[in-house]
Amino acid sequence: MTDYEPVIGLEIHVQLSTRTKMFCGCELSFGEPPNTRTCPVCLGLPGSLPVVNARAIHFGLMIGLALESELAPRSIFHRKNYFYPDLPKGYQISQYDEPLCLGGRLADVRIHRVHLEEDAAKLIHVGGGGRIQGSDRSVVDFNRGGTPLVEIVTEPDVHSAEQAGEWLRLLRTTLRELGVSDVDMSQGSLRCDANVSIRPVGSTELGTKTELKNMNSFKFLEQGVRAEIERQTRLLEAGEAVEQETLAFDPASGAITSLRSKEEAHDYRYFPEPDLVPIAISAEMLSAAAAALPELPATRAQRYEDELGLTAETAEAVAFRGELAAYFEAALDTDGSDGAPPQALAQWVSAELAPRLGEAAPQDSQVTPAAFAALVALVARREVNVGSARAVLERLLAEGGDPTEIVAAEGLTTGDVAAELGPIVTAAIEANADAAEKVRSGKLGAIGPIVGHVMRETGGRADGGDVRRLVLEQLGL
Amino acid sequence: MSEVVQWSAADAAARVAAGEISSPELFEAYRERAAADELNAFAWVAESAPEGGRGDTPLGGVPLAVKDLFCTEGVPSQAGSRILEGYRPPYTASVVSRLAEAGAPLLGKTNQDEFAMGSSNENCAFGPVLNPWERSRVPGGSSGGSAAAVAAGLAPWALGTDTGGSIRQPAALCGIVGLKPTYGAVSRYGMIAFASSLDQAGPLTRDVTDAALLLRHMVGERDPMDSTSLRFPEPIELPTATRLGGIRLGVPEELSGEGIESTVLEAFEATLRVAEGLGATVSACRLPHAPHALSAYYVLAPAEASSNLARFDGVRYGLRSGGDAGLIDMYTRTRHDGFGAEVKRRVMLGTYALSSGYYDAFYGRAQRVRTKISEDFAAAFADFDFIVTPTSPTVAFELGAKTSDPLAMYLNDFCTVPMSLAGIPAISVPNGLGRPDGAPEGPGLPIGFQIAGPAFSESRILDCAHALQQAIGFDGSPARA
Repeated sequence: MTDYEPVIGLEIHVQLSTRTKMFCGCELSFGEPPNTRTCPVCLGLPGSLPVVNARAIHFGLMIGLALESELAPRSIFHRKNYFYPDLPKGYQISQYDEPLCLGGRLADVRIHRVHLEEDAAKLIHVGGGGRIQGSDRSVVDFNRGGTPLVEIVTEPDVHSAEQAGEWLRLLRTTLRELGVSDVDMSQGSLRCDANVSIRPVGSTELGTKTELKNMNSFKFLEQGVRAEIERQTRLLEAGEAVEQETLAFDPASGAITSLRSKEEAHDYRYFPEPDLVPIAISAEMLSAAAAALPELPATRAQRYEDELGLTAETAEAVAFRGELAAYFEAALDTDGSDGAPPQALAQWVSAELAPRLGEAAPQDSQVTPAAFAALVALVARREVNVGSARAVLERLLAEGGDPTEIVAAEGLTTGDVAAELGPIVTAAIEANADAAEKVRSGKLGAIGPIVGHVMRETGGRADGGDVRRLVLEQLGL
Repeated sequence: MSEVVQWSAADAAARVAAGEISSPELFEAYRERAAADELNAFAWVAESAPEGGRGDTPLGGVPLAVKDLFCTEGVPSQAGSRILEGYRPPYTASVVSRLAEAGAPLLGKTNQDEFAMGSSNENCAFGPVLNPWERSRVPGGSSGGSAAAVAAGLAPWALGTDTGGSIRQPAALCGIVGLKPTYGAVSRYGMIAFASSLDQAGPLTRDVTDAALLLRHMVGERDPMDSTSLRFPEPIELPTATRLGGIRLGVPEELSGEGIESTVLEAFEATLRVAEGLGATVSACRLPHAPHALSAYYVLAPAEASSNLARFDGVRYGLRSGGDAGLIDMYTRTRHDGFGAEVKRRVMLGTYALSSGYYDAFYGRAQRVRTKISEDFAAAFADFDFIVTPTSPTVAFELGAKTSDPLAMYLNDFCTVPMSLAGIPAISVPNGLGRPDGAPEGPGLPIGFQIAGPAFSESRILDCAHALQQAIGFDGSPARA
């Protein structure tokens, strides 16, 4: 059986958080009553003309810089022509062969292009299950129509559903920290399509790709891509061909359905938008965009590696989530961090604190960066063992407080039990004679039951390293 | 009040300023004439003068007829199309607002070829406009209603639009002055678009001074609502020239020979002699790519139109047909019922020209021709102050004479389209009367003389036209109407 390698490219649409729409002065809508954020321009009334939102260009340039793209000194808008009720002019103003940004890279994925366009309006189908087919009637809310969008297209550098999810998370963090978008997938301000193909491992030719549309959560993106990879694999293994088509993934049923085949693909009849002049990027625009760039996750991760000596994995785990990075740096700056090496602190942020918080930000928890740093310092100085420290962390999360005081009040320091360890270790060796014999004969791996016995006897407070050292000592090793 | 029609618009404004007549009286006198229109020039006429006499304004409250495709708030703006029948926009076109501010209130909306596609006004959903000089003949198009209204004294002056000749050609056929400004000089915001890269609003007036006066208040600072609009470098001067000493006129051989009616050519030659008499030098020049202008135009304009007209889909405004039988059926029937034959022809031509696989062969090549034509003009203006041609190859033709032959109809724009593609200003001034070749004896029909100059040379063009007008002494008085 052939092994297949997935080849995946992503197309991401990002609603920009400008004050006004892409081509008119209407403010962006956040749940206002339908059709209250409209004007002749975004309704496509006869005679109306678009005017480009300068702020959207600024945001586009910031994104281009963040993605290390080449910023085009001159780019133009095109009209993408097709009929649909959510498209009031009968064309979308987009960019085609002269986009704002070309090329680039974010982490391990190359960027193909970044361009500006306008969002469509929102169709609401009444009756018939909420789809246009079979509905009683369809109504249009033009509040969203004309919202500025940036489309980011990657090269086909993604090779698994998990990688797709991880990379999209990094992109989301990057865009959020740029302050250019709300990047909320459930609200549609971040939308992702995936072009998926598979090929035999080792092959350099691309297989036939399908386009999987509009997965509106990270989970659905990963599920959808995984399902499509499986579908294509089944087809090829059955000796059938993958058809080039546009697909929709239904997360409820897990089913993939065809939206349109290659033959049904639109001819968009692109041509240069005659109502707009070319975007010419001035030196002032470039320097303004560069000045507005914060430190980005990828840069931050590199800095953590270079300056703080973090491992690449830990550096990325903290740096790629802005709120974790901010919390980590706050903890690093407190006096309590005295004795807590950056690597330990970062690891505790990413592996202990973050999983306990889920999507919530640590800044919003009961644990102050100072308290957190103090706790990690206790562990690093081996005054508290890891198991006790976890219990203290749970308590800090529940009710806050000072870890040093908690440890003292509860008698959790390793120092409290060190003096009593000798006899406990002796008793543990006696109770686990078989294990002791094996250790003596050189099977160091058999030490577990003896150490476990000691930890039970000390209520988990003893330092594991100390215990291990004492056991070996008493066994004459 | 019938004497009002004896006055040019500038005269009327001066008389209002002098207190000889109030602006409401002037408005009412013209309103009555427009309401009694027998030429089908008007699609809508105001019921009363706007509130507040505006006698203290630069344009003195002299009422303005406006081509139907300019959006006017609360007033029908139908662009001559069934698909917009009864459509009343919620906003007013920038240039109409600007002129109202300057004291030219809206008198009425004038009929036109549907979406400005035509050269005879016969492509109008609300019936053809008749030429006031001879009612069996067309007034030209597409701004035929505006031209006929001014020529017949139903309006002191009017606003039209020109995409490939739609101001200049009807001005020529109706014996009045029509000016297409530099592309970008006048805001297009609120003009229902035909071909965005070519459309330009301009004045249709009884004489050159009126054209300058109206244009002066159409241009100026750029309109923030129109990205393609430009600030006009200096105010438009009212013309004063009576001599043409030192002026070099270039006569492009490509646009002044074959295919032009003999009576038109005779008038053209006579005007060149008048110009020489005023001190101008006249010599032949070359616009080598001009003969290809019409072909390029009939790719580019329909391509843009096919996209501009996509918004007429029955969803939000205007006509909706077949709304109960599903989306595609609604689109199809609405556009089938709403658009006339010429509009459908151009939408299909344009859609084809932009189709995948044909873009380079049609749209791409036409754009290259357009660039060449601009370069031709730039080269010619190194040696000449103005390029002059006949405006229209023929005088006004009979209604129905060309309706079954689109190519013959398109040839009306032969001399005007090159300037449109180059985006440069051009004026048509009446330069005589003549009978068409082979026509029976009868009263003469107006002929137009076109003067084109480099971008933003409007004041100089108007001066040249003024000097010629004085010397030619053409009597376009509408008193006969």
